[in-house]
Amino acid sequence: MSSAPGKPPPSGDRDVVAALRRGDEAAFAALVDEYGASLLRVARLYVPTAAVAEEVVQETWLGVLRGIDRFEGRSSLKTWIFRILMNVAKTRGERERRSIPFSVAAGGEEGAAVDPDRFLPADDERAPGGWALGPTRWPTPEESLLSGETRRVVLDAIEKLPPSQRAVITLRDVEGCSSEEVRNVLDLSETNQRVLLHRARSRVRGAIERYLDAMETTT
Amino acid sequence: MRVLPRIGRRRPLTCRELVELVTDYLEGAMSPREARRFEAHIAACPYCTNYLEQMRITIRTLGRIEEETLAPRAREELLAAFRGWHSEEDGAPST
Repeated sequence: MSSAPGKPPPSGDRDVVAALRRGDEAAFAALVDEYGASLLRVARLYVPTAAVAEEVVQETWLGVLRGIDRFEGRSSLKTWIFRILMNVAKTRGERERRSIPFSVAAGGEEGAAVDPDRFLPADDERAPGGWALGPTRWPTPEESLLSGETRRVVLDAIEKLPPSQRAVITLRDVEGCSSEEVRNVLDLSETNQRVLLHRARSRVRGAIERYLDAMETTT
Repeated sequence: MRVLPRIGRRRPLTCRELVELVTDYLEGAMSPREARRFEAHIAACPYCTNYLEQMRITIRTLGRIEEETLAPRAREELLAAFRGWHSEEDGAPST
């Protein structure tokens, strides 16, 4: 079961590629608008400043234009574009001396999804390992979570993740890539991708919860 | 008569274990038996039901965050580059 919400899958890579090849500017603009922000986020993981990240993205698009005639469609167009970005960003990151080891080990694998103190001990008589302090219901409608403050909380939480977790959750949940696309772009095994995604989602959930609980007690 | 393998009689999941399995469950990465064990716990535990729902809400919220877009200037430069690139292509075959 794939649960990636958000954008629909690209409607016919072949059409887009053909449009780019014949110089359809609107098709290119649409592509830039669709992926620009995500490319920028991922680039930011590898280079020290926002300005350099913008340059990386610009260079990526030029790489896309240069390579489009050779694109064979063995991966999706999106995967291909993100792979170009990764190459440009890594090269640039090394030059800027900020290359990030990209593995689960570097992803802050320590840390449970939920603070262990919130569970009863394993030898508890009634409910071993059960919730001592269970999660409460979040306010509805959930769209209220997208209002200014909570949005900020979510973005901050993403920002504070270790780079590999941040890359996975950005591509997967924010951008709506499939698990296969994320694995191809980041060169991760299926298991590693899932572990990183789990850590990242758990931390973002925790950040939302802490924020909502604080709201409860102050209002 | 079929004999259930021993693993079929594993003890129920604890809440603490369940929260580490939510992504495996949502990703469809569990065996049918593991998924049943997961669902059996959820069915009996309102806290974990809440927790699973919060993870789903988190994922949907992440998918709806509007991101900053490329600076208009950068976008313009790209489109100009695209026009330049294409007229070059027309003029001389690319190498």
